[in-house]
Amino acid sequence: MPISPVIWQFWQKWLTNFGLLPAEASTVAPQMDALFWVLVLISIFGTVLVVALVIYFSARYQKDNHPVAEDIEGSTVLEVTWTLIPLILFMICFVWGALLYFRIFNPPANAMNIYVVGKQWMWKAEHPGGQHEINALHVPMGVPVQLTLISQDVFHSFSVPAFRVKREAIPGHYNTVWFEATKTGTYDIFCTQYCGTAHSAMIGTVTVLTPEEYKAWAASSTSGMSLAQNGERLFSSMQCNACHSGAPDARGPSLAGVYGTKLQLANGGDVYVDEAFLRQAILSPSQHVTAGYSPIMPTYQGQISEDGLIDLVEYIKTLHTDDRNQQTLTNSTPTNAVTPAAGMVKP
Amino acid sequence: MSATIISLPDQSTARLPKVNYLNKEHGLLSWLLTGDHKRIAMLYLISTTFFFVIGGAFAAFIRMELLTPAPDLMTSDTYNKVFTAHGLIMVFLFLVPAVPAIFGNFLIPMMIGAKDLAFPKVNLLSWYLYMVAGCLMLGTIIFGGVDTGWTFTTPLSTHYVNTNVISAGLGAFVAGFSSIFTGLNFIVTIHRMRAPGLTWFRLPLFVWAHYAASIQMILGTPVVAIAIVLVALERTIGIGVFDPAKGGDPILFQHLFWFYSHPAVYIMILPPMGIISEVMSTFSRKRVFGYTAVAFSSVAIAVFGFFVWAHHMFIMGISNYSALVFSLLTMLVAVPSAIKIFNWTFTMYKGSITFETPMLYAFGFIGLFTIGGLTGVFLGVMGTDIHLTETYFIVAHFHFVMVGGALMGYLAAIHFWWPKMTGRMYPESISKLAAVIAFVGFNLTFLPQFMLGYMGMPRRYHAYPPEFQVLNVLSTAGATVLGIGYMLPMIYLVWSLKYGKIAGDNPWQATGLEWQTQSPPLTENFTEIPIVDHDAYDYEWLAHKTHREVTSVG
Repeated sequence: MPISPVIWQFWQKWLTNFGLLPAEASTVAPQMDALFWVLVLISIFGTVLVVALVIYFSARYQKDNHPVAEDIEGSTVLEVTWTLIPLILFMICFVWGALLYFRIFNPPANAMNIYVVGKQWMWKAEHPGGQHEINALHVPMGVPVQLTLISQDVFHSFSVPAFRVKREAIPGHYNTVWFEATKTGTYDIFCTQYCGTAHSAMIGTVTVLTPEEYKAWAASSTSGMSLAQNGERLFSSMQCNACHSGAPDARGPSLAGVYGTKLQLANGGDVYVDEAFLRQAILSPSQHVTAGYSPIMPTYQGQISEDGLIDLVEYIKTLHTDDRNQQTLTNSTPTNAVTPAAGMVKP
Repeated sequence: MSATIISLPDQSTARLPKVNYLNKEHGLLSWLLTGDHKRIAMLYLISTTFFFVIGGAFAAFIRMELLTPAPDLMTSDTYNKVFTAHGLIMVFLFLVPAVPAIFGNFLIPMMIGAKDLAFPKVNLLSWYLYMVAGCLMLGTIIFGGVDTGWTFTTPLSTHYVNTNVISAGLGAFVAGFSSIFTGLNFIVTIHRMRAPGLTWFRLPLFVWAHYAASIQMILGTPVVAIAIVLVALERTIGIGVFDPAKGGDPILFQHLFWFYSHPAVYIMILPPMGIISEVMSTFSRKRVFGYTAVAFSSVAIAVFGFFVWAHHMFIMGISNYSALVFSLLTMLVAVPSAIKIFNWTFTMYKGSITFETPMLYAFGFIGLFTIGGLTGVFLGVMGTDIHLTETYFIVAHFHFVMVGGALMGYLAAIHFWWPKMTGRMYPESISKLAAVIAFVGFNLTFLPQFMLGYMGMPRRYHAYPPEFQVLNVLSTAGATVLGIGYMLPMIYLVWSLKYGKIAGDNPWQATGLEWQTQSPPLTENFTEIPIVDHDAYDYEWLAHKTHREVTSVG
């Protein structure tokens, strides 16, 4: 008997819409899945054990079979057993999970950094070469990619189930996560932290390309300006260089080579200069005054977008000498700043 | 000698007592101005059921919308308001108050041989605060709703939504004070008003569980009250505590909110755990296996429960090392729950078990809470939390704990103590059917959500990719079955008020002091204050007592 086409179509639709396992497309995905399935096994074991005991006791000691209940207070041996065994199992999972967590949230030193800015309701990815993408992310396969996430408004959360990584993008604070894609293809990006009206539309796709394809993509979609170049332009248009000129009598400290060093602050503390510090120092300078300077820098809170801050941070990271700052200062035409700065990160 | 045979009393001869707390006074005012803990419990029963129905209706809308991948039943804003309303009502107006305010209120004085709670008027005030909170929440929903999610996440709640955040927050704030007063009342009552001879280790485990939950209520709730007030101040006058542009920190809100809202989970689950202890013992005709372990595990949960809140924030950008500490503490809080599960199970060992409806719900609790607890470990483990948090996995997990655990416990309690509260029995066979329907429906609803979460479907999504559809359809189908499972008890319990069999004093032959008085009880609970000379769950004592009564009558 031929199958009714309606049923056949229904069956086909059923099968295509019945996902069960997410794709495994990053180096961390199999590690995550291993721990996940061990936890599933422990859970099945625990549940089956409890259910089996309940069923066995129900059958064995139901009133018809066992009319007289025996008075038992408890058993220290059993108590210790079912305290220790779960405790040991949970501790193993804890250590395993902690190792995995530290692996996912501590990027390797050679990771390529991509900034991701979340805003209601889209993801904006900014590659070091200046490529911008909305609700899309192109990454090369086999290369560790670090995402530096920040939100321009509310909490968002950047989730790529196929990579098994997720991290919140929150306002005022850089968060990082990294992954190394192992399979080319396109995968879902979800915003998983509720962020208002169009939360469920804040989705996108990650496209994993081979390194060659990625190079071609990066070359074809660049705007011609890297993040650091954009930053340089901002640096002069906002007249940061008026004080941070690197001149011995300058009102602000020289920024050349400051990234990655330990900086002595005016309040006596010292701090490691990373992206987050640079960002904070621009937004609330009075709390991050370098030792030996007076707190005269105005706040730039509300005057620079997160994208602009990223550009500035990237520019400051590439500053190794103050030569170019002084050049742009004496040179009244800021368009000259477009030429690439030394040591700039190429995509 | 240590063996006891207990046969259920003949109910055909039972009569409703002429005077009891229900008919002692008449008129609406006698209810609205009552100080009687049992009447206040009944007020709570009616009002929490009302809000449960509303919260359930919102759940139905959510499941209907998720039947198809496309956002076709309502707009995104409406959907967001619907799941927010579901969460707010179910958490603040049902799960937190229901078991303590109905069963704790009704039973704690009776279980400890007291005439009432320590502060009857404060108890009534709790109910009025609850009603004010309920009205604020209803008003919030009727006048446009609120779409922050029940978690009030800043800065969304402070700067970005234009809905009724203040009134919803005020509702949660007032509901919080209702539960602070209830907790305070319980603690004082349990300390000061126990019958002569009723030492701490003779208390029923139900009382221990409520004591532990009460401590959490009075220590945790003020913190969420502060957090909500700060949200309101930030929204109205912009004080900037949570605003990074003013030097504030939105993560601080997460700390303050979860400092209460994680213990709140234990406020919701500890009292039902107490119920399960009573039910398992009664229908196994045996004392609870390892009484001390179960009692102390309640206290351990209450204490450890305060030090795990940041496990809600593992991916938010807290320090990796603080995540390490909170994950470790989370593992530790899982252990007392495991201890309880095994103790309840072994309570059946060498018992003489019967399978009345409360026992079936208790079995449901044990099975579902085991799954709920173990899947909590997936989320407490830092590595897997990264992938599973904020997805349907976490939705399924907390529904297993809150609905599979707390609500099953609630249903066990309502059937178990219904004879005591109303003097009448519920119909046995249809209630067993309802218990089975609820169990099957529950699993069909929430097991597929674990798989959805593992595949990565985010929570609070109005629309979703098509590959998630089949599992969502299964979940919606299950929710329909579950809905029937909840509607049946509402119908037959109301029916039984008039047509149920007369219960008699102690239809289950349970040992608690509440069963050693008439059903429904007198306003004063006991004709004379009982003197306790035996442990909790001492069925031998009960057998001797029954024996003495029978011989003295004969």
